[in-house]
Amino acid sequence: MTEKHPIGLKMRGAVKVYPGTRALKGVDFDLRMGAVNVLVGENGAGKSTLMKLIAGVEDMTEGTITMDGREMRFRTKADAVAAGIGIVFQELNLFPNLSVAENIFIGHETTRAGIDIDIEAHRRATRVLMERLEQNIHPDTPLGNLRIGQQQIVEIAKALAQNARILILDEPTSALSAAEVEVLFRVIDELKAQGVGIVYISHRLEELIRVGDYITVLRDGTITGARSMEGVDIPWIVQAMIGSSSKEYGRSEVANFGPEIFRAEAIALPRAGGGFTVDHVSLSIRAGEIVGLYGLMGAGRSEFLECVMAQHPHAGGRFFVEGKPLTERDVPGRIARGIALIPEDRKRDGLIQIMSIRENLTLSSLPGFAKLFHLDLKREAQTALDFIKRLTIKVASPENPVSSLSGGNQQKVVIGKALMTGPKVLLMDEPSRGIDIGAKAEVFRTMRRLAAEGLGILFVTSDLDEVLALSDRIIVMAQGRVTGEFPSGTEAAKVISATTAPAQNSKDIAA
Amino acid sequence: MSAASPSTPAPGSPLLLTLLQARTYVALLLVFGFFAVMAPNFLSVANSVIVAKHAALTAFLAIGMTFVIITGGIDLSVGSTVGLCSMVSGWLILYGIDLGTVGTMHFNTLEITLIVMCVGVFVGFINGILITKLNVAPFIATLGTLYIARGAALLSSGGRTFPNLSGNPDYGSDSFPAIGAGTFLGLPVQIWMLIAVGLVAAYIARRTPLGRHIYAVGGNERGAALSGVKVNRVKLFVYMFSGFCAAIVGLIIASQLQAAHPATGETFELNAIAAAVLGGTSLSGGRGKIGGTIVGAFVISILSDGLVMMSVSSFWQTVIKGLVIVAAVVIDQAQSRLQARVALQQEAALGR
Repeated sequence: MTEKHPIGLKMRGAVKVYPGTRALKGVDFDLRMGAVNVLVGENGAGKSTLMKLIAGVEDMTEGTITMDGREMRFRTKADAVAAGIGIVFQELNLFPNLSVAENIFIGHETTRAGIDIDIEAHRRATRVLMERLEQNIHPDTPLGNLRIGQQQIVEIAKALAQNARILILDEPTSALSAAEVEVLFRVIDELKAQGVGIVYISHRLEELIRVGDYITVLRDGTITGARSMEGVDIPWIVQAMIGSSSKEYGRSEVANFGPEIFRAEAIALPRAGGGFTVDHVSLSIRAGEIVGLYGLMGAGRSEFLECVMAQHPHAGGRFFVEGKPLTERDVPGRIARGIALIPEDRKRDGLIQIMSIRENLTLSSLPGFAKLFHLDLKREAQTALDFIKRLTIKVASPENPVSSLSGGNQQKVVIGKALMTGPKVLLMDEPSRGIDIGAKAEVFRTMRRLAAEGLGILFVTSDLDEVLALSDRIIVMAQGRVTGEFPSGTEAAKVISATTAPAQNSKDIAA
Repeated sequence: MSAASPSTPAPGSPLLLTLLQARTYVALLLVFGFFAVMAPNFLSVANSVIVAKHAALTAFLAIGMTFVIITGGIDLSVGSTVGLCSMVSGWLILYGIDLGTVGTMHFNTLEITLIVMCVGVFVGFINGILITKLNVAPFIATLGTLYIARGAALLSSGGRTFPNLSGNPDYGSDSFPAIGAGTFLGLPVQIWMLIAVGLVAAYIARRTPLGRHIYAVGGNERGAALSGVKVNRVKLFVYMFSGFCAAIVGLIIASQLQAAHPATGETFELNAIAAAVLGGTSLSGGRGKIGGTIVGAFVISILSDGLVMMSVSSFWQTVIKGLVIVAAVVIDQAQSRLQARVALQQEAALGR
């Protein structure tokens, strides 16, 4: 087996440090040619970082990469492409305004005399590639006219057009239909036969077992399992992914839930081009309850929270707060009714980076500090200080810009801003993203305390550990629908299986 | 514990930082001192009043512009709005409003002032609606209103000047020239108006939720919206306020000259932007101070008036003005980098 699949790329002791976090802690990885090397792990385990190192998108902090006995150093993506490494990112990097052929040859156009683009050669090559990928796509079609699945195929064609010997596919099937997945698998088989080494990242465990030859499991930046696929089953993968030691954020006191505080009825957010991003989701939260909303990327969880926060005016369905319908159509109205959102992307949605910590904390509750139009700056500063103490935010001065804080403290500022509005329901989108372990534990303790004070908390996470340990109830979403609802203490495998289940029975569960 | 530590600037390079933060004032002192020594009669009372009056015109527009720029927008239409408002005040004084069969309605000075201000605010309102409801980029929307307002001003008189706007005692508009020429307690009326508008604007910026929201919208529009800031209302306000400031300038010029010319205010918008930038307003939004802007307007006016008094060629004046603006922006960048570093050092010194 080993001789049949020679090691094409060897990585030793790979370390990648981002400001504040170590994403990879000394990873050894062997990439075998003519085989599918699957890579699994939870979000944030370091899969994407590992692949970015191989593809030259990020520079390694420490460690070596060797190919055919020679040590390589990929400083830019161009270095990696020159070495025959192609990568297809989960987020598509295509130009919707350009044609399929133009997209495939962007950055490495075939030219005559270095300036004149040989459009005919592009068309021919594109046609050949599309035949190879069994797609009936005309080279001159504007890319924006294609379905997402087809766009993904174009992205793969782009890598193939550069004669990649190593092809990295990061969640290639997340947007594909079943038929398109079959096509992709046939393409993968063919590429394997040609000796191409494929790295395949996916969250769909059944898919991995079907397509993979070798498996590598990552957890928290280290490898927790690497072997040939023979004899691997889902329980083994789950065990390696989340480990046996569950992190302890468990409930210490006895659960004491109040009456229902928030209810969503048949929330539907149509997707451009048919279907629903949020497909008639119904759920309810009781006072003092922490509900975890689990699912894969693109399951529609963040979009659901956005619907609650009035970000999608054309969404259908109804919300109720304490039994009364939520009819306010704008964000201030919903904040006034006791809804508070802690967005997923702190930098983009949560904070005004150039404003001070104090100004960020009080931004949502300014009218509360104003008499008519006159702001009581003293009271504002005092309240900001109170919240800084209450949430143990570490700051030198509340007047410093919020951007000078570490990720965990920034997150606490966002939480403080939400809490200052006096919410009844707290919506938290990936509250632990991009913060270190210590800060994570503090954020979770804060969530526990708030729930104990009678808030209803709905939090979105992609971290299985987190959802299992923290939730009083787990709701799983897949493809916009609720596909499962579990009490706390449910087995991990059951929760995972719901994330990929085709949810025909969502109506019964919701009922 | 740590939260209670005082908010004094951290050690490191505090002197340099303070100097950079106060650069607009330093620049003011520099140009003032330079011309006091070099230009004859620069310090005379008569000249000081003239310079201050010039500066006030730029300062009004720059105050409105500062709010717009803080939200991340730009208002190119203010110069044309000045022209349009001049013409409207001229028209009202000379002709009143023709009501057809009922006769002609004439207005006193106060009424004229209010109507003209409404015109300015209305132009701002159109800008605001274009930018918020119709999603036009601020640059394009206000470029459009720049042409429309200018065209309307030209149409109002067929391109001619409205002369002899001394008003008519029968209608109570004979006090119109006092807006631009009158004095109160020894200071020109327009300086008092600048003080009033400047104080109101500074108050809005610092002590009202609206002011805070203006900064928030410029700092991060999405984040502000998700925090419950009514982004569209804030934007609408800043453009209307900018139009209001332009109307004041239009009135003052028409009153000062006792004539309204449709080309009044051409390129004023550029001076206003320059003054705001000189005063530390960042074109990427979120940063700027009213006080800084007013000082910036004075720097620009002193610079151009002083150079005239030294009989420097007007071509060189233009070049020098440009150099000063570029230098201001370069220093501004250096300051924000230094400031960010000092804040980071403070947080790091805290030992996480």
